[in-house]
Amino acid sequence: MVERKIRVLVGKPGLDGHDRGAKTVATVLRDHGMEVIYTGLHQTPDQIAEAAAQEDVDVVGLSILSGAHMSLFPRVREELEKRGMGHVLLTGGGIIPTDDMAELEAQGFAKLFGPGTPTDDIAAWIKSTMEARWENEEVQT
Amino acid sequence: MQDAAEIAEGIREGRRNALARMISWAENADPRFPAALASIYPRVGGSWRIGVTGPPGAGKSTLTNALAVELRRREKTVGILAIDPTSPFSGGALLGDRIRMEDRTSDPGVFIRSMASRGSHGGLARAAVDACDAMDAFGFDAVVVETVGVGQAEYDVVGAADTVVVVLCPGAGDGIQAMKAGILEVADVLVVNKADVDGADRLMLDLSEAVHTRSIRREGREAEWEVPVIAATATKGEGVEKLLEHVEAHRRFLEGGDLSEMRRRKRVQQVRRVVDERLDEELWGPRGYAERADSGLRKSATPYDVAEEILAAILGNGMETQ
Ligand SMILES: Nc1nc2c(ncn2[C@@H]2O[C@H](COP(=O)(O)OP(=O)(O)OP(=O)(O)O)[C@@H](O)[C@H]2O)c(=O)[nH]1
Ligand SMILES: [Mg+2]
Repeated sequence: MVERKIRVLVGKPGLDGHDRGAKTVATVLRDHGMEVIYTGLHQTPDQIAEAAAQEDVDVVGLSILSGAHMSLFPRVREELEKRGMGHVLLTGGGIIPTDDMAELEAQGFAKLFGPGTPTDDIAAWIKSTMEARWENEEVQT
Repeated sequence: MQDAAEIAEGIREGRRNALARMISWAENADPRFPAALASIYPRVGGSWRIGVTGPPGAGKSTLTNALAVELRRREKTVGILAIDPTSPFSGGALLGDRIRMEDRTSDPGVFIRSMASRGSHGGLARAAVDACDAMDAFGFDAVVVETVGVGQAEYDVVGAADTVVVVLCPGAGDGIQAMKAGILEVADVLVVNKADVDGADRLMLDLSEAVHTRSIRREGREAEWEVPVIAATATKGEGVEKLLEHVEAHRRFLEGGDLSEMRRRKRVQQVRRVVDERLDEELWGPRGYAERADSGLRKSATPYDVAEEILAAILGNGMETQ
């Protein structure tokens, strides 16, 4: 079997119009050996989940600046589940208050990273989380 | 954990996540893929497969998107496989073709999948053909494969399609360069994209001339397909209707000949890829020929001596021809 790669969809939902941050994250994840599907600007939760399903990704990472995170993450989660993609690791970063981050994480929607988190740390977290998961799968089968 | 029967069932039922998973199995050379393929194989063959290639940035994704729009207008469904290169440094890949097609994501008649070229040479074409088989069995009227026209591995991918569309544009290398790279040889239809940009007319002329010379050289042989050269502005959807007409004409041309013979010839290549890939894994892995080569070289034999010794061992080992 070919060495398994982590597939990540990086999206930039919302209406604000620049995606430099998302592009940087996409590039760094690529440099950490991941296959990154970059989908550009202005996605709706529905589009993000549908693209994630078609691409059969392991991880969805969202870059958020618009302040709509409290509704956005649960909606993406819901759309993913609708498509049988409940297993996807949902994560994100951007301008999100610490309390909100904690709440979303507690509700099990996503692990979020605040502004200024080194992208290498995000990559390392994705890697170790996915590796642990795959090991678990192997143990089960 | 899903098994092959479950995924095959999902594909027959039109479940998109089953298709997505089967393509992942193709990419990963998952041991469950062959059984899944076997049970959907009777459905393979209904799609018309279009390969789209050309230099980086020529507008392949934009054109593929425009093609999908036109196909949908004609009430045809379409599966798209977009291939981008893997970074040789990190082994990762940035797959960005989808950006140009994102509006199609919510259309149930369109399915878009990105694929990284990954490491091994034959592995890419093998995986791409496998993915196309899965999309074909899913029932799309057309399956479009986009790949950058840079090397043999990529040509092998589009070469497996029924109709190969080569996209060029002014600026990104002229017609002469395209000819040198052998890019014209694989084309069934040539598109000069970015017709709105300076130099497009010139490129049209160059290519028409090159194609014309080629068809004169071929004269006297059996019925030959004359490669059309068409202008397009993919960003505006211009020339796309015409492109599709030529693809249709090419299809009628092949159907007038022996299409199943042509497809079977291409299938033989797929068998070769599977065999090559498996042998490569097996010989250099569990069979320990890498270690054997190493110890041979320690005795200061040349690579050829060592290779001869290994070949003798392999071929004398139940692998001789009947
Ligand atoms: N002027 C003009 N620009 C175009 C046209 N078609 C595509 N482009 C632009 O060319 C650039 C590359 O387009 P893509 O469709 O991504 O090209 P590609 O061949 O798929 O690129 P790679 O997959 O990266 O090799 C984009 O900025 C497009 O907007 C066209 O007809 N006219
Ligand atoms: Mg492209």
